Amino acid sequence: MLTKEEVVKLATLARIELTETEVEKFQRELSTVLDYVEELQQVNIDGVEEVSQVTGLVNVQRSDVAVLASNVDAIKGQAPELKDGYYKVKAIL
Amino acid sequence: MNFEHLELSELRKLLDTKQVTSVQLTEYFLARIEKLNPELNAFITVCRDEALAEARVADDYINSPGDNPFLCGIPFAAKDLFNTKGVRTTASSKILDNYISPYDSTVIAKLREQKAVLIGKTNLDQFAHGSSTETSFYGATKNPWDVLRIPGGSSGGSAAAVAAGMVPWALGTETGGSIRQPSSLCGVSGWKPTYGRVSRYGVIAMASSLDSPGAHAGSVADLINLANVISGQDPKDSTTGDKIADFRLQIADLKGIRVGVPRQYFVEGMQEEVKQRVLEATKELARLGAELVEVDLPHTKYGSLVYAIVAPAEIASNLSRYDGIRYGHVTGDAKSLLEVYEKSRAEGFGDEAKRRIMTGTYVLSAGYYDAYYKRAQKVRRLIIDEFAEVFKQVDVLVAPSSPNVAVKLGKAADDPLFSYIADQLNIPSSLAGLPALSIPCGFVRPQDGETPSMDGLPVGMQIIGPQWGEQKVFDVGLAYQANTDWHKKYPNL
Repeated sequence: MLTKEEVVKLATLARIELTETEVEKFQRELSTVLDYVEELQQVNIDGVEEVSQVTGLVNVQRSDVAVLASNVDAIKGQAPELKDGYYKVKAIL
Repeated sequence: MNFEHLELSELRKLLDTKQVTSVQLTEYFLARIEKLNPELNAFITVCRDEALAEARVADDYINSPGDNPFLCGIPFAAKDLFNTKGVRTTASSKILDNYISPYDSTVIAKLREQKAVLIGKTNLDQFAHGSSTETSFYGATKNPWDVLRIPGGSSGGSAAAVAAGMVPWALGTETGGSIRQPSSLCGVSGWKPTYGRVSRYGVIAMASSLDSPGAHAGSVADLINLANVISGQDPKDSTTGDKIADFRLQIADLKGIRVGVPRQYFVEGMQEEVKQRVLEATKELARLGAELVEVDLPHTKYGSLVYAIVAPAEIASNLSRYDGIRYGHVTGDAKSLLEVYEKSRAEGFGDEAKRRIMTGTYVLSAGYYDAYYKRAQKVRRLIIDEFAEVFKQVDVLVAPSSPNVAVKLGKAADDPLFSYIADQLNIPSSLAGLPALSIPCGFVRPQDGETPSMDGLPVGMQIIGPQWGEQKVFDVGLAYQANTDWHKKYPNL
């Protein structure tokens, strides 16, 4: 079972604010999921290479060429707050 | 004249021979949606004005000389995970409730090129996290066969819309069962492509190593025609393969085809009658000339466990982009930048997304990475190798698409394991990037109470092939549907 402190730490890492009730709820539910996957520890994986790309592609690259985007206004228009054409965020200092 | 449940090739013919216009077809399906959607909740957004404008353009094209693209003028719906330029794209989440996409996903762009008519965006589990559509911010979709039951998920809105004849076909996406399971529960045909067959560009990401855009339709013939349109390598998705999609649509007998029946896909805990229907379907395949071979896939039981680690890990990474700054919901109540992140995400994500983000954060964190994520990716290798070995003996595998028929609404809400168990028969092949179909193969009465449907509820059989092996999968599905009519049963609406 995860501790409350662990759940709070995970929520902080994931940048999700939780209420006290939610901490308890997710403590139970995350523990259920982690118990569920526990059986995986029994599988013999000696010498097995982990999957990195399922169909076997390696280092696919494209040429580094700039492409003109015609939808800059539509993209910026989705921002909750703009100032002088820049995204506006809270002061960080 | 009724236009619902016609094959796409029939609609093509009606349009080409001027027996109907695209505007008339579009108005017809808009009226079906208007009539049925209040009860079924399959659509989040209906783009009436845009659709009618696109239909007029299609009609002009059809009236000009020359051949028409296969989907020209035919209405379709897209799971609301596909970015559609100028049309709201929500992923069924509060955080994207007001998001108007500034660009088209590659699949949508291909369909626009054909002058297909986008009629609306369908409901799904929030960010495709779930197998019932119950985690949608906009409420659950109802199964057209029984409105007290789930349609399956996450592409439940698309499957229900096709089953109810609200649209001729619909785009879905699958990460671990999200096309096959709802197709099965709603009694429609669904295609989950080989990973990398169809571009993920512009499809809101869930788990990038698994996400496979595909389709729901009324028949395998429709799906073959759609596969020929939406497949293909995309410079904007470096995980797409270079295989050319030029699928044959030719009904043949199944002589020489070896059909594997995996023992581990017919086990205890599944609904007995569901197994029976699928075994009956395998007998039909044998009657058509296929040779049935019992095979073993002993790592099947680990599939859902691997998925329960790999999927949340990728989800946690993909969903980190929702920060309340460039797009999406922002809190009105933050004093610092950190609070903007924490409160916007707390308010914008539902419980299932939060659960998966935190699970993913846990399995990727220092000290746990090797024990969870790395180990899971190694077991995933064993699953891939095991399938590859079996495909040396057989051409395709056949199994149930879901362990049971549609359950009642409300069961998934508080069970953090619901979707991992619901999709246990789909997840292993998804982890291995394999292509599959789910097609209707009979009806069964549910175990949990009554249902108004006279025949019971639909059962789906899945046909799985090796990577890039869609053609054999389609051949088997096409032969089955040429000799049975389960795919021509429709709910009484």
